[in-house]
Amino acid sequence: MALKTYRDAVREALREEMARDPNVIILGEEVGVWGGTYAVTRGLHEEFGAKRVIDTPIAEAAIVGAAVGAAMGGLRPVAELMTVNFSLVAMDQIVNSAAKIRYMFGGQAKVPLVIRTPAGWGQLAATHSQFFEAWFAHVPGLTVVMPATPYDAKGLLKSAIRSENPVMFIEHFRLYGVKGEVPDGEYTLPIGVSEVKRAGKDVTIVTYSRMLHTSLAAAETLSKDGIECEVVDLRTLRPLDMRAVYESVKKTHRALIVEEDWTTLGMGAEIAARIGRDRFDDLDAPVERLGQVEVPMPYAKNLEEMMFPDEKLVIDRVKTMLA
Amino acid sequence: MNATTGTVRPAPARKESAPDRPESMDMYRKMLLIRRFEERAEEAYGRGKIGGFLHLYIGEEAIAVGAMAALRPDDDVITHYRDHGYVLARGVDPKAIMAELYGKSTGVSKGKGGSMHLADLERHVWGGYAIVGGHVPMAAGLALANQYRNEPRVVACFMGEGATNIGAFFAGLNMAAVWKVPMIAIVENNRYGMGTPVERASAVVEIHQKAAAFGIPGLRIDGNDLLAVRDAVREAADAARAGGGPRLLEMTTYRLRGHSMGDPQRYRTKEEVEEAKPRDPILRWRKVLLETGAAKEDELEGIAEEIEAVVEESIRFAEESPDPDPSALCADVLAEESHGPENVS
Ligand SMILES: Cc1ncc(C[n+]2csc(CCOP(=O)(O)OP(=O)(O)O)c2C)c(N)n1
Repeated sequence: MALKTYRDAVREALREEMARDPNVIILGEEVGVWGGTYAVTRGLHEEFGAKRVIDTPIAEAAIVGAAVGAAMGGLRPVAELMTVNFSLVAMDQIVNSAAKIRYMFGGQAKVPLVIRTPAGWGQLAATHSQFFEAWFAHVPGLTVVMPATPYDAKGLLKSAIRSENPVMFIEHFRLYGVKGEVPDGEYTLPIGVSEVKRAGKDVTIVTYSRMLHTSLAAAETLSKDGIECEVVDLRTLRPLDMRAVYESVKKTHRALIVEEDWTTLGMGAEIAARIGRDRFDDLDAPVERLGQVEVPMPYAKNLEEMMFPDEKLVIDRVKTMLA
Repeated sequence: MNATTGTVRPAPARKESAPDRPESMDMYRKMLLIRRFEERAEEAYGRGKIGGFLHLYIGEEAIAVGAMAALRPDDDVITHYRDHGYVLARGVDPKAIMAELYGKSTGVSKGKGGSMHLADLERHVWGGYAIVGGHVPMAAGLALANQYRNEPRVVACFMGEGATNIGAFFAGLNMAAVWKVPMIAIVENNRYGMGTPVERASAVVEIHQKAAAFGIPGLRIDGNDLLAVRDAVREAADAARAGGGPRLLEMTTYRLRGHSMGDPQRYRTKEEVEEAKPRDPILRWRKVLLETGAAKEDELEGIAEEIEAVVEESIRFAEESPDPDPSALCADVLAEESHGPENVS
């Protein structure tokens, strides 16, 4: 197996699916000549031409709306929103069109569409440092995927492109440089299946995207103190696969959800409610959550650094849960 | 100008009434301040003192300076994220702007907004906004407030040509036109939205023609010509103040730096950038000052030294200012009368 970056894994998935299916097109701001703002689509314009890798004006509502139309019309568009922050401009098209068309028309139409978009931060201030996965996962009709590793990113994106449903595929621009094993041959991963990324017996950490790496690092450190955390990577937020979480809680009797988004009404709230309802008798402690401080993102670096759960915060919370 | 778009008016005849000497020199000083300020910011970015995105205005200075010279001090200004120029031209303290770029507590937005979100309400600068086109409807709303309260203030709304392809631009300007509010949309056509040239992003490349969609006057002005900018904005402001409603001014210019720091600029040739350099608005104004005898070489040298010192001082101030106190993290989310503590996680 070769070590590849998350960025390269995403690009490989795009390239392979474009080569496999002539109906796959890419559209978005700066996806072509520039090579993608985060260099994800670099080279694809040269390889597949301007007909299939389409640079658009700055007009997110029209990008998503046109992608929905093209999908209904028989193509398989992969629309890129430069960052998830700009999805707000396209929210009506995502929620009212992409997600509902199949249902509204009694199953007559389908919208095989992928919206790829990165989330993240890095002194970009309040309007450019947001997540929103819970907003999308709230909506019936949308599939929401948020991979944490290069392997998962490639396999899940290929499945997303082949899916008959509209898929929000949320990457993380601080993960693009992360390396991991990615096999050379063709493979896909099923959407809607979570995975245990580290086995343990004392506390279950439920997480996804970048926070997987924070959680794994915390788990390694805790292991030196004899505390073994089981880390479950959700990978897909809708449909939400709780099987691995439930199995784990049966063993550990404790669950901590680590997310990067604001916690209020977030993914953790949903997961905690489900554990509370379905696994109440297994629990030895209340389900705990860690997430972003509930303020808009500040620009100043020292304040920004206070915003997210880090390794230390996860370690401290696990220890309190066991105390 | 395209005669088929009936509402487009020809650009105003260039007024040869030169500005008086103090104004001439003041405008030169301000353009130079913006240039040197940004060159030092660029360098500070390279040293990791400034983070995030940094969008430089280099090459477009005549627009901010010409426009501010035409506006009254209590006219309202609202801008996009390429905003250092407007705020400096507006007379906001360079120290507080540099401190904001550094993310310090002494910055105009207390370090919370950074380069893209500069605001100084005392000077009627209502902020820089980083979501393309999002501020155009806000400009209409600010103008509505002025109209509603019979205040003779005009709103100047600055944006790039790329912003004129997004829904908020159309919806916002349409509303402003329906309401006939005192607003000037100033579109800086620097030829590129990130890496996309205007020809590949806009069905109509003469952006001023978009005014026809709203039935308002649209003019194209050479945005590197300081006096042309000033006069066009003055005329638009007079008309708006007199109840004439909004106007769209397209200012043609050229962005001499990349879109933001670290832009590899694969979308344009080096020759193209070189070709644009002689049209540099500062060089042009300098030439006018010298040729008309309004200023002498050594006088301009003196101004350059003065500016050097001001910018140096702003860097020193930013470097020495404290980071925001950790307690600032949760301040200013809501007005103080909020209904009890937020009880989260
Ligand atoms: C809604 C939205 N989409 C995309 C972006 C990313 N973006 C930031 S600046 C920019 C280019 C804007 O070009 P233009 O309006 O011409 O202004 P200029 O940068 O040339 O001054 C883009 C695409 C954004 N900030 N907001």
